[in-house]
Amino acid sequence: MSTHAVGQSHVSTAEPKAGFGSVLWDWLTTVDHKKIGKMYFSAGFFFFLLGGIEAILIRLQLMYPENTLVSGSTFNELITMHGTTMIFFAAMPLLFGLMNVIVPLQIGARDVAFPFLNALGFWLFLFGGILLNLSWFMGGAPDAGWTAYAPLSTQYSGSGLDFYVLGLQISGAGTLISGINFLVTILNMRAPGMTLMRMPMFTWTTFIASALIVFAFPPLTAGLFLLMFERIFDAQFFNVAGGGNVIIWQHLFWIFGHPEVYILVLPAFGIISEVISTFSKKRLFGYTSMVFATILIGFIGFMVWAHHMFTVGMGPVANALFAVATMAIAVPTGIKIFNWLFTMWGGRIQMTTAMLFCLGFLPTFVMGGVTGVMLAAAPANYQYHDSYFVVAHFHYTIIGGVVLGLFAGIYYWWPKMFNKKLNETLGKWMFWLFLIGFHLTFFIQHFLGLQGMPRRVFTYLEGLGLETGNFISTVGALLMGVATILFVINVIYTHLRADLAEADPWDGRTLEWATKTPIPEYNFAQTPKVRGLDPLFVEKTKGNGKIIPAEPLGPIHMPNPSILPFIMAFALFIAGFGFCLHSFYESNVIPFTIAGVGIAGTLLCMFLRSVIEDHGHHIEPHDEGMDKGVGA
Amino acid sequence: MQVNQTNSLPAHPEKATLEGKNKILGFWFFIGSDVVLFASLFGTYLGLKGSTQGGPGPQDLFHLEYVALMTFILLLSSMTSVLGIKAMQRNDFARMQLWFWITILLGLAFLGLEIYEFYQFVVHEGLGYTTSAFASAFYTLLGFHGAHVTFGVLWFATLLIRSRTQGINTYTAPKFYVASLYWHFVDVVWVFVFTLVYLMGKVG
Repeated sequence: MSTHAVGQSHVSTAEPKAGFGSVLWDWLTTVDHKKIGKMYFSAGFFFFLLGGIEAILIRLQLMYPENTLVSGSTFNELITMHGTTMIFFAAMPLLFGLMNVIVPLQIGARDVAFPFLNALGFWLFLFGGILLNLSWFMGGAPDAGWTAYAPLSTQYSGSGLDFYVLGLQISGAGTLISGINFLVTILNMRAPGMTLMRMPMFTWTTFIASALIVFAFPPLTAGLFLLMFERIFDAQFFNVAGGGNVIIWQHLFWIFGHPEVYILVLPAFGIISEVISTFSKKRLFGYTSMVFATILIGFIGFMVWAHHMFTVGMGPVANALFAVATMAIAVPTGIKIFNWLFTMWGGRIQMTTAMLFCLGFLPTFVMGGVTGVMLAAAPANYQYHDSYFVVAHFHYTIIGGVVLGLFAGIYYWWPKMFNKKLNETLGKWMFWLFLIGFHLTFFIQHFLGLQGMPRRVFTYLEGLGLETGNFISTVGALLMGVATILFVINVIYTHLRADLAEADPWDGRTLEWATKTPIPEYNFAQTPKVRGLDPLFVEKTKGNGKIIPAEPLGPIHMPNPSILPFIMAFALFIAGFGFCLHSFYESNVIPFTIAGVGIAGTLLCMFLRSVIEDHGHHIEPHDEGMDKGVGA
Repeated sequence: MQVNQTNSLPAHPEKATLEGKNKILGFWFFIGSDVVLFASLFGTYLGLKGSTQGGPGPQDLFHLEYVALMTFILLLSSMTSVLGIKAMQRNDFARMQLWFWITILLGLAFLGLEIYEFYQFVVHEGLGYTTSAFASAFYTLLGFHGAHVTFGVLWFATLLIRSRTQGINTYTAPKFYVASLYWHFVDVVWVFVFTLVYLMGKVG
C-alpha cells in the first residue's frame, strides 16, 4: 500500500494496482488500528456465521421429537462449539473490531497506545479460533458444554477439550493484551480538552469493558491452566479420588464468566447511546448518570458470579448474598434504559436501520433483564435450573443486548469502517426478519423451560407437549439465518455498487465523523481541540462546523509495520497444537517436542522484538491531502 | 538513535515521553491482571492444601530456615533493583548495570534454591506432581512464581546486553523501569507465598 511510503517517496502511489502478494503482506504486517479493526470484524463475522450454522443444526435436530439428524455426541459438540464460538470468537472480536476503528477516532488520537501489541492481540485471537476449530478434523470437537465443567471435561471428554483449553488460552492472551491497550489508549492518548467526562459513551463503555477484561480474564487463564495440567500432566485439582474439588473449576470459570457478560454488553450499551443520541438529534440524556451506571455495572458484575452456582450447594447464606447482589445490577441498568427513553423523548427521531436496531434492543433487553431477576431469586432458581428458561434468558440478553447493539453499531459505523453506506432497504428487511425470528426462537423457550424441557439434551419424547414450541423455535432460528444472509447480500451489494459515503453521513456529534473518508493513516493531520461533550456538534452549533486544531501542522510520527506479531501468534499456535497432540501418541515425546519448538519460537520473537530498535517513521506535512485542517 | 550520555537527562527519564508513560501505565495494568492470576492460584492452593491423601503435607515438607533464606535473597534482590533505578535516575549507567547484574545473580540464586527444594521433595519426600491435589496445587503455584522469576532474569539480562552501548536515555529508561516494576511484583507475590504457603503450612 502507498500510505507507509508517504514522506519518503511517492513511487508506490504511482503504481496502478498493488499485487496480491504485497496486499497480503500489507495486511499481515499492519499495525494500523483501522486495518486491525477491519480484520477483527471480518474474522469475527466469519466465526459468527460458523456459530450460526452450529445453532441452526442444533435447532433442526430439536425441530421434531426423537429426531435423528445428528447423534447425541455430535449434538454435544455442536452446543459446546456454538457457545464457545459465539462468545469468544464472534461477539468479542466483532466488538473489538468496532472499538479498534472507532475509539481512537472518538478521542482524537492517531493510533492506539501499543500498535504492535494491537496486531499481536488480533493474531492471537485468530490463531486461537483456528486451533479450536481444528478439533472438528482431529478426533472431534469439545463436547463438555461451553462451561467445560469438571470432571466431565477431565475424565469423560475426548481430545476435543484440549483444543478448547489451548484455543481459549491463546485467544485469551490476545484479549488481555487488547484490554490493556484500550485502557492505556483512553487514559493517555485523549486529545486536548477531551476530559474523562467529555468522552463519548462508546469510549467510556470500552474503557470499563477493558478494565473488566484485565481483571476477569486471569481467573479463566488460571482455570484453563489447571484444566490443561489435569488433562496433560495428570494433576489432581478436579479429581476427587486424588483429593481434588470440582467446584474450584466452577468458581474460577464464573469469576471470569459473569463479568464476561458485561464485557460484551457494556460496549453494546455504548453503541446504543451513540446511535440513539445521533438519530434523535439530541445529546444523551443524563450523560453523567450513564457514566456512573456503567462503572457501577462493571463493579457489581464482579460480585455476582455464584448466581450461576445456586444449585451447587453453597448454602442459603451464600445464595442469599449472591441473589441480592445480582438483583442490584438491575438498578444501574434501569437508569440506562430510562436515559435512552428520555433521550428519544421530544427528539427528532430518524428511523434508520441503526436506530431500528436500538428500538428493537430496548424491549428485548428489558425482557432479558426481567427473566434475569427471576433467575436471581435463589429458591425459584432451583426450578428454572438447567431448563430452556435459562437458555431463553441468556439469549435475550446476549442476542437482544449484544447482537442487536452490534448490528446498530455496524450499520451506524459502516461508512467509517468501509467508506460506504449499507443499503437501508435491505437493512430494514434484515432488521425485521432478525427481530421476528429472534422472538419466535426464544420467547417460546421460556415456556418450554417451564414445562420441563432440559437444556443440553439432544432430543425429547413425543407426547410431552414440547413439539409445537420446538417447531416454532426452529422456524424462528431459520428466519434469523435468512436475515443474516440478507446482511451478507447487503455487504456484497454495497461494495459492488455504492460510491464513497460522505465523511459525516448521519450528521454526527462525535469526533470520528470529523475525519475524512477514507480516513488517512494518521486519522487527524492535526490533533483536534475539544471544547465540550459531543465535540463535533459543539463546533457545528458554536463554531464554523470544523474542529479546531490543537497543534500546528507538522511531521506525524507513525509506527512501522511488523511481521513479528503474526509469527509470534503462529508460534504459540504451534505450541498449543503440540500439546493437543498428547492424546494421539503413546509417548509424549513428539507432542512435547512440537510444543517446545512453538514456545521457543514465541520466546525468540519476544527476544527479537526486544533487540530490534524500531522508532517508527514520520509522515511529512507536504502531502497534499494534509493541509485541510483537522479532518473533513 | 541518539545516545544520551550527557547531563541533560530529565529527572524522570522513564516518564519523559508519551511512549514511556504508556509503557509504565500499561505495565501497571498487566500487574493488576497478574495479581488476579496469582490470586486464583492461591485460592486453588488454599482450597486444596489439606488434600494430601495420605501423602506428605506441609508439616512434613517445609523447613522454615531454608525458606527464610530464599525469602531473604529474593527481597534483597528487590532492594538491589531499587538501587539500580536510583542510579538510572542519577544517569549513572555503570552503577545501574552493576546493581541490575547483582539483581540477576540473586534471582538465579533463588531459583537454584527452589530447584534444589523441589528435587528434595520429589526424590526424598515422595511428593510428585500427581501425588495428591495438594501436591498439584503446591507445584503449580510455586511453579508459576518460579517461571515468573526465570522470565524476569531473562528479561533483565536481555535488556542489559542489548542496551550496553546505548546508555540511559528516554528510550531505554522506561524499559529498565518496567523490568524493575516486574521484579518487585514477583517479590511481592513471594511474600504471599511465604506467608500463605510456608508459614501457614507450618504453624497455621
